Amino acid sequence: MTKGLEILDFKKQMEAQDLEFPTLEVLDNDGKLVDQELFDEAGISDDDLVNIMKLMIRQYVLNERSTKLAKQGRLGFVAPTRGQEASQSATSYAFTDDDFLMPGYRDIPQMINKGFPIYKAFLWSRGHQIGNQMGDVKTWFPQIIIGAQFVQAAGIALGMKMRGKKSVAYTYTGDGGSSQGDTYEGMNTAGAYKANAVFFIQNNGFAISTPRNLQSSAPHLASKGWGAGIPSIVVDGMDALACYIAAKKAREWAVSGNGPVLIETLCDRLEPHSMSGDDPLRYRTKEDIEAWYKKDPLIRMRIFLEGKGLWSTDIEEKYMAEVNSEIDDAVKQADNVPKQKVSDFIKNTFEQPGFIMEEQIKKFEGEGK
Amino acid sequence: MAVKTYIAAITEALDLALERDENVLVFGEDVGENGGVFRATEGLNAKYGKDRVFNTPLAESAIGGMAIGLTTEDFRPVMEIQFFGFIFEVMDSIAAQMARNRFRFSATKQFPIVVRSPYGGGTHTPEMHADNLEGLMAQTPGLRVVMPSNPADAKGLLLAAIESNDPVIYLENLKLYRSVKAEVPEGYYTTPLDKAAVAREGSDITIVSYGGMVGNCLKAAENLEKEGISVEVIDLRTVSPIDVETIGKSVEKTGRVVVAQEAQRQAGIASSIMAEISERFILSLKAPIGRVSAPDSVYPFSMAENDWLPQVDDVVAKVKEIVEYD
Repeated sequence: MTKGLEILDFKKQMEAQDLEFPTLEVLDNDGKLVDQELFDEAGISDDDLVNIMKLMIRQYVLNERSTKLAKQGRLGFVAPTRGQEASQSATSYAFTDDDFLMPGYRDIPQMINKGFPIYKAFLWSRGHQIGNQMGDVKTWFPQIIIGAQFVQAAGIALGMKMRGKKSVAYTYTGDGGSSQGDTYEGMNTAGAYKANAVFFIQNNGFAISTPRNLQSSAPHLASKGWGAGIPSIVVDGMDALACYIAAKKAREWAVSGNGPVLIETLCDRLEPHSMSGDDPLRYRTKEDIEAWYKKDPLIRMRIFLEGKGLWSTDIEEKYMAEVNSEIDDAVKQADNVPKQKVSDFIKNTFEQPGFIMEEQIKKFEGEGK
Repeated sequence: MAVKTYIAAITEALDLALERDENVLVFGEDVGENGGVFRATEGLNAKYGKDRVFNTPLAESAIGGMAIGLTTEDFRPVMEIQFFGFIFEVMDSIAAQMARNRFRFSATKQFPIVVRSPYGGGTHTPEMHADNLEGLMAQTPGLRVVMPSNPADAKGLLLAAIESNDPVIYLENLKLYRSVKAEVPEGYYTTPLDKAAVAREGSDITIVSYGGMVGNCLKAAENLEKEGISVEVIDLRTVSPIDVETIGKSVEKTGRVVVAQEAQRQAGIASSIMAEISERFILSLKAPIGRVSAPDSVYPFSMAENDWLPQVDDVVAKVKEIVEYD
C-alpha cells in the first residue's frame, strides 16, 4: 500500500483510535491488585488507603441521606452519586488544599472532601445564597451550565501559573458535558498556555437519558484531549486505586509546568440523574444497572483493605454512624439559617447598584423583605 | 489638553491602567504583537510583555471563561471580543456566569472584568461582525453596559470600568474610532459610571441618546437651532443601569422627548428609557415620546448600511414632529 493509500485508510484509523486508550486498572472487581508494580511505585501509605475508603464511605452515606431528604422535600436539587465514589472521592484525594476545584452539579462530594461544610451544601441544594459562600475553601459552587467550569478552570490554572504557584485547578464534567464546546475550549486554551490544570470527564454512560454512544462517535472521550494536544488517559472509574493514582500523576505533571492532563473515568451512575423525577428504567434496563454493581468501588476497596487488615465491618459501621451524626447536625444547622431577603438579592447583584436598583432595595427593605 | 482620536484615548486608558495596577491583564484575539485588528492595543504588548498583554486561541467562550477564572487569582481582566457580532459565542460566560457570579457567591467575591468590544454599523464590516446588540446586554441584571460617545469619555469611562469591581461591558463604536477627534485630558482620570452627561443644553426638547448616535443628535441639534428649536442632548454614557435622574431633570425642563438609537426599534435600549420616562415623568410630557431607530430587520451589512442606519435627517424630522405636536 502506498503512503497515500495508507493515509486515506479511514477504517484503519478508526480501529487505531480504539487501541490507543487502554484502561488503567489497579484493583479488580474482587479487590485484588492487578498491577502490583504500579501500586508499589505509587507508594500509597496505609493511612492514605484508609482515608480514601473513608471519603468514599462518607460520600456513600451523604448520598443515601441526601436522596432521602430530597424525597421528603427537605432538599431542593439533588444529583445522586452512587457508583461514582471512586471517580469523585478517590480522585479528589490526590489534590491539596491549595488546589482549586471547579465542580459540576454532581460533584458535591469533592467539595465536601475539600472542607466545604455539609450544611452549606444542603443550603446550596435549597437555593439559599449562604450555600454559595465558599469561605476559604478553594472551590466554586457546582456549575450548572456544563462545560463552563472547564473554561473557568483554564483561567484559574493560567492565573496560578502566572503567579508562580505550585498548585493546580481541577475540574469535572460528565460524558454529556464532553459534548459541550466549552469543554474543548477549556482544554485547548489551558493546553496552549501549558497551564496547571487537570480535567476529568466522568463517563457514567448517560447524560440524563442520552447514552454515551449518542454523545460522540469517538471511541474514547479521552481522545478529545488529544485534539487539544494534552496527555489524555482512560481509567477504570470504579477502581479507587486507579482513580487516585491517575489523578496524583496528572497533578504532578501539571504542577511541574508541563500543562494540563485529561482523565476519562469509566463509571456508572447507579441511580437517577437527579431526584427531580428522573426514572432510569425509561431508558436503561435493570440488568444493565445490576451488571455495574459488580464493579462497585466500595466493595472492591473494602475487600482489598480487609485483606491488608486495615478495615472491618466494625470500623465501617462506626464510621458510618459518625458520618450520619455529622449529617444530622448539618441538617439542623441548615434549618436554622434565616430566610433570604429580596433586598439582599439586589444588593448581591452589584457592588455599586444603579439608581433604579437602589429604589428597589429601599422598597423591599420597607416591606421587610 | 491634546486632541486625540477615540481609539487613541482607549489605547491611552489601557496603557495607564496597565501601568497603575500590575493585576490588570489585557487579552483577546490578536491583541498582542499585532496590537488588535483596530490597533486599540498597539504597543502595549511590547511595553508590558506577553504576560500582561497577550493573544488567546480563537475561542470567545474560553476568553470569557478565562477572564472569570483569572479573578480567583486577583487579576483584573480586560478581555477583548474582536467584534461585537461574535458576542453570541461567549454569551454563557457573560450572561450566565460573570453577570450572575457576584449574586451566586452571595457577594463574597467580586468580578472586576471588563469586556471590550467594537460595535456599530456604517464601516462596511463583513456580515455578523458589528451589530448593535447592546440591548441584549442591558437586559441582563448584573451587567453594567458602558457606551462612550467621544474620546474624553472613552478614556475616563474605560479607566472607571477597569476600577469597577462589577463586570462591565464596554462598547466601542467602530465608526468613531478614527472619525472623531477631540480634546482629551492628560493623565489618569475617571469618568463616573452610571451617570449621563448633558452633552448640549436646550429648552424646547430633550434628545436622549448614547454611543455612536450621540454625534448625529448633536449635529441635528445644531441644524434645529438654525430653525429656532432649542435642543437638549443627554448622552447616557452608561446604558445599563440608566441614569433616570439626569433624564428626568431634562424632561421636566423641556416637556418633550425623542430617544435616538442606532439599534433596531425592538432592540437597543430606547424602549427601556421610554418606559422609565412614561412611568416617572408622564405629567411633565407635552407630547408623546418620539423614537428614532433602525428598522426591525436583520442588519444589512456592507453597501446598504447607510440607507438602513438612522441619520441626522431622521433625528431632525422626529424632533420637529414632537415639537409640533399639540
